[in-house]
Amino acid sequence: MERVFFLIFAGVAIGAALNLLVRRNPLHGALSLLVALGALTGLYVLLGAYFIAVIQVIVYAGAIMVLFVFVIMLLNVRVEETRLDRRPYFKWLAIPFAALLVGEIGYILKEFPTNPLPSGQDVGVTATVGRELFTRYLLPFEVTSVLILIATIGAVILARRE
Amino acid sequence: MVPISWYLAVAAVLFTIGAVAVFVKRNIISILLGIELMLNAVNLTLVAFSHAFGQVDGQVLVFFVMVVAAAEAAVGLAIVILLFRHRETLNVDEASLLKL
Repeated sequence: MERVFFLIFAGVAIGAALNLLVRRNPLHGALSLLVALGALTGLYVLLGAYFIAVIQVIVYAGAIMVLFVFVIMLLNVRVEETRLDRRPYFKWLAIPFAALLVGEIGYILKEFPTNPLPSGQDVGVTATVGRELFTRYLLPFEVTSVLILIATIGAVILARRE
Repeated sequence: MVPISWYLAVAAVLFTIGAVAVFVKRNIISILLGIELMLNAVNLTLVAFSHAFGQVDGQVLVFFVMVVAAAEAAVGLAIVILLFRHRETLNVDEASLLKL
């Protein structure tokens, strides 16, 4: 049963990512990325990472992607031109990259062949993540708040009309 | 039970698709979407390893990745708006310099 759900979510995620790749219109790309994020949320739930799954929906799907869609609609972009690649050497770069990917997949299939995931642990619940976040990772957590503040100020200054 | 290698393979495929999107797209917003896809593939890897080893550290790292992605989206989209206001284009070939 879990395997069926995994195949469904993984298939939807990869299909949506491929749709992002082939669409010319960035709005279609943003919406298919939204579908991929939803499918990844299902994978996180299967892995027992409930806190991450909820954060994924709220922050990624709810905040970041809405920002993307707003900006795309604000700029009223035209459809990308049909000619995609003007740099022909990128085509030849694809071959070593593909070989690298195949090698990686072969390595992980060899390294973790029948490694079943342990179940029944409460690693992913909010209390565990929160306790870790406010004890061992307290300094990085505070630094992220400074980072968010700097990013907000930077965005306001950049987008301000002179 | 689903073996962890399946999750890692899905993450590798998603990362590759994101990298290809960054390489072949001309529209700067499509490139940013490809970067987001790559970040999500890494997040899936981190959560899979976190579950496999029974440690919570990977999920804390995912939290930080999401914070950085939010900051990157805010600043990056502000730069995109600024670029469009000055150049009237979103094509990265026509706007390879940030200088006005």
